[in-house]
Amino acid sequence: MKLIKPLLLVALTSLSLAACARYNGEDRGKPMLPNQVNAKWQAECSGCHMAYPPGLLPAASWKKVMSGLDKHFGTDASLSAADTAEITNFLVQNPSNRWSSTAAPLRTTEGEWFRVKHGEISAAVFARASIKSKSNCIACHSGAASGNFDDRTIPK
Amino acid sequence: MFSTFRLSHLLACLALAAPLMASANPILDGYKAETKGTFSAAAGEKIYHTVGPKQLACASCHTDSPKNVGKHAKTNKTIDPMAPSVNAKRFTDAANVEKWFKRNCNDALGRACTTQEKGDFMTYVLSVK
Repeated sequence: MKLIKPLLLVALTSLSLAACARYNGEDRGKPMLPNQVNAKWQAECSGCHMAYPPGLLPAASWKKVMSGLDKHFGTDASLSAADTAEITNFLVQNPSNRWSSTAAPLRTTEGEWFRVKHGEISAAVFARASIKSKSNCIACHSGAASGNFDDRTIPK
Repeated sequence: MFSTFRLSHLLACLALAAPLMASANPILDGYKAETKGTFSAAAGEKIYHTVGPKQLACASCHTDSPKNVGKHAKTNKTIDPMAPSVNAKRFTDAANVEKWFKRNCNDALGRACTTQEKGDFMTYVLSVK
């Protein structure tokens, strides 16, 4: 009995944790963006695409993304060492606060919350010329750049 | 008397040099100092339209003319015109110019650009009015 009690406690705790962690622990953060954003992050990331809010991914993902900028999804997006360090710091200080999985995808679209949330949307919709890819958040979520992904405002 | 003469002389020199200074670009001057040669707008225009190993050219995103608003080939993001004649912010920050040459020469040509190519390219883009 002495041994069983703590074991039972562990089992119950992990069960309830598993029930709490939505999307297998691959959940975006809330809030997505901190109140104060880093100016370099804003300027540099939005040079080619919307500056993805740090709360979309865990810190481990951001470290991987930022250590391979010279081969960034098929493009050279390299930055100076100082700018890379400053932006990495901002990202890893403000990652998803609801991500408990050890999975650290490079793409926001590979997180389980993304897959579940966008499961009903056909490939043809994402392929539209005005959208082009799943990573073009702002094509549907007009407030995405400021961290607002509210799906009630999406045009059909 | 002597100092007055010098001052008027200096002013005359400045008046003569001002139009020349206005048309020069300090970043381009830097490249020129490195190569000690001359740059060609025609050679720059050729680079602008060269399709590299990834089937990408400068024109793929910046359109046929650097005067136009462009669109990122992958992300759809709007790109402000590159020609300083229509976008005064271009070619004013040496670090920014170098950053984009490094990235885009790699993406469009599959290699780094030489200083000669950078000078030719800038000469072409600066010539587009």
